[in-house]
Amino acid sequence: MIDLAGLTTRPAQTWGSVRLVPLERSAPIEDLRLDAKIYGEEPSMVSLPDKTTYTAYIPHAFVASWTDDGTPAAAYGTQLGRPLRHMSVRTHRRSARRADKNRLRFLPLHLALEGFLALHFGGPTIAWEEWSHRAVAHGLSPRAEEAYSGAQISGLDDALRVFEIYPRQCGLLLYVGDTLASAFVVPHPEDYRALHPTLIRDLYGELIYEYALFYPAGDFPAVIDETKVSSLADLRREALGHEREWAGFHDSVMAGGLLDAPETVTEIYRLGRFTLRRFLPSFERRRENHIGEMITDEAGRTAYLKTFRLSEAQRRRGHLLSRLAEHDWNLRDTATALGTDEPALGLRLERAGFGYLLRQDVLDAYRKAGRR
Amino acid sequence: MRVDTDLIECEDVLLFANAAMAATGQREFRDAGHEQQLSLDFLHRYIHGNYPDVYAAILALDINDHNAALIIRNVLREPRGGDGRLIAWRLTRMSPPRVYRLFQGLRRDGINNRRTRAIIRDWLATRPDLAFDAVKYRSGLKAAVRHAHVELTGELGDFLFAPRSRTRFETPILEAWRRAHYEKTVLYELPYTVAEGFAARHGISRATFLERITPRLTRLERLRMTESAGKDGVDTRADLAALPLVRLASYVLSLPAGERGAEHAAALRASAARSAGSRAGTWGSVTAVLDDSFSSYGSPVKRRRPLAVALACHYLLEALAGSYRGLWLSRRADPLLVRPAGPTPLGHRIIDALEQRPDRLVIVSDGWDNAPPGLAAEVLRVWRRRLDPARKVGIVHLNPVYDAERFEVRRLSPAVPTAGIRDAEDLPALVELAAFAEGRTGLDELRAYLEDRAARR
Repeated sequence: MIDLAGLTTRPAQTWGSVRLVPLERSAPIEDLRLDAKIYGEEPSMVSLPDKTTYTAYIPHAFVASWTDDGTPAAAYGTQLGRPLRHMSVRTHRRSARRADKNRLRFLPLHLALEGFLALHFGGPTIAWEEWSHRAVAHGLSPRAEEAYSGAQISGLDDALRVFEIYPRQCGLLLYVGDTLASAFVVPHPEDYRALHPTLIRDLYGELIYEYALFYPAGDFPAVIDETKVSSLADLRREALGHEREWAGFHDSVMAGGLLDAPETVTEIYRLGRFTLRRFLPSFERRRENHIGEMITDEAGRTAYLKTFRLSEAQRRRGHLLSRLAEHDWNLRDTATALGTDEPALGLRLERAGFGYLLRQDVLDAYRKAGRR
Repeated sequence: MRVDTDLIECEDVLLFANAAMAATGQREFRDAGHEQQLSLDFLHRYIHGNYPDVYAAILALDINDHNAALIIRNVLREPRGGDGRLIAWRLTRMSPPRVYRLFQGLRRDGINNRRTRAIIRDWLATRPDLAFDAVKYRSGLKAAVRHAHVELTGELGDFLFAPRSRTRFETPILEAWRRAHYEKTVLYELPYTVAEGFAARHGISRATFLERITPRLTRLERLRMTESAGKDGVDTRADLAALPLVRLASYVLSLPAGERGAEHAAALRASAARSAGSRAGTWGSVTAVLDDSFSSYGSPVKRRRPLAVALACHYLLEALAGSYRGLWLSRRADPLLVRPAGPTPLGHRIIDALEQRPDRLVIVSDGWDNAPPGLAAEVLRVWRRRLDPARKVGIVHLNPVYDAERFEVRRLSPAVPTAGIRDAEDLPALVELAAFAEGRTGLDELRAYLEDRAARR
């Protein structure tokens, strides 16, 4: 569960197919601050603690600074006006790493994506005869997923440019074709103003890329029932009522899928009273499946949040892997659980891009069975 | 049926008049420059093709120079149509560089009928000092003279077309130009833009040059160089109060908030009082809703223009009104400290304004009402329908931004007239025109109004 307490939804601003919903924080969080370190255009390599390597285009890292006694923390760059320094080193050790005392450098979204890629990365836990030698010996390596950069999403650059940031804004929900593409929450409005442009360099799923081409988003214009108005006070009440109505509709209907999304939550790092976690969804069909990372305080309220919406193919892969792992990688049991038979599951695995995990002769037999 | 076509025509013409007041073909906050140009060009063609006589008569309104030049160019393209005297009058109101640019455009397009030549000749005849023009706008004058087959008297012809044929000129400024090529001291007798090139050629330091050229600077050059010359320790002594209102507002907004002080407020008030003239204090109680949302930043080519228009309107309305209150969208109290940031909660601010029951409500905004979207339109509609059906409060919306996609300045609501605005000085005339649009009057009245304006000029 994601707890967005303390954040108020404000009216959305639309541009083309993009709808941007600002979130305001009435009391900004002072003892945790974020700033960005911008990297270059080249791909980066991250060596992970389990001796694997994560390679991706990583445009920037975030640095979280916090204090232990609740006094305001200084965000490098957003508060002191220090220019961002370009780093020449492109090999990172770990996705989240202590940069200094009370400072943590982490790679936004890549932290979550790495969690998704590493899902059951070890491969079959029991060497059932159907699995290939490679799958048993090396697991799923190399495992790859693709995403689009924000600059490739048509119209997103203009939408972010003409967006009018609220004075106390601490977050943004980004919809493309009225599909939640990404949620972004930071602790402090100054951090938000500094990090707003980084949204264009973030990752977005294939679904978002395609929706941006096809579905224009319309405004939800305010409607006031004039029969209920007999004075200016009524008019003001109706106007405020409309805003509340919108916020309620948005939080329950439009963003509902996001708040329930996290299924598996992993703790990554403790930052004083805050905790950095990443989460994976349930991979269920016909549901929004968001992966992401968040920093929450001791009461579970969100201080930082960044999510990535999985495309349908990615969801399917996650689904198959979790179901297999649930049944100890036994194909027959998994097929029964999924309500299908072994050859069909084998072919599904192949279509999802996991054909290399099955022995060639087994796969051939499945194909033959599938043709019949 | 007749009435319907009349209404459509009337709306077309008003739409065009509003666009011609606001649009400059430059990049705006939400449109690129080429989109603006394309859209404006279409609008000109549409009106010129359908209502040629009205198209030419629009020149009598306070449309901006960019559109006036476009209209003159399109009207002159045809040998007949349009009022030659109106065109000549409009040309005298434009700045000389823009007129020369128009003439160069006519030459490039090959528009050269008898009327065009007569207009160019007459305009050149009204110039107070053609020799000065020959130095300052050399290529422009040259193109105009060549294009209109004008016979230049005396040494001017030689100066433009064969400057080396004479060893000296009798006219002082022409002689100064000749000597400035090799003599440092003479170049200070030339206009700044010309002298600057000579100074660079002679290797004169910027500080020395600015120090000595200061007396020759024009009013706008003084303002433009206040900051840059200040770095060299030179005070260009710009007389802020004498400047046009929006220009001054733009300058004030370009300063960091800490440097804006009482002298700027005083200058703005003085300039506004001058613009208001005899109408000062005659408007009764006025409330204004002024847009200082992020979109009032405009674009890098017209930096903070919408905000400057709003600020200028604030001071002008203050001068025009008996009692005045300006409500900024950001709820900032001091107008001098406004900056373009934040969303556009127009609807809520309009309710705040209406609560004061003013005689007039003026809204200055680009019309992108987004917090929440469409609330301003609803508030105005309900206000007109339920709370003020007798229209005791006169409401008008002034929009400094042309929306390329809709071919008009963005409207807030059909219940309230919208007018384009570029210079705050036009505000009284715009309110007059907008009130005229509100009454859904027919074409005949509009034509009569245009003729009246043309006669009044």
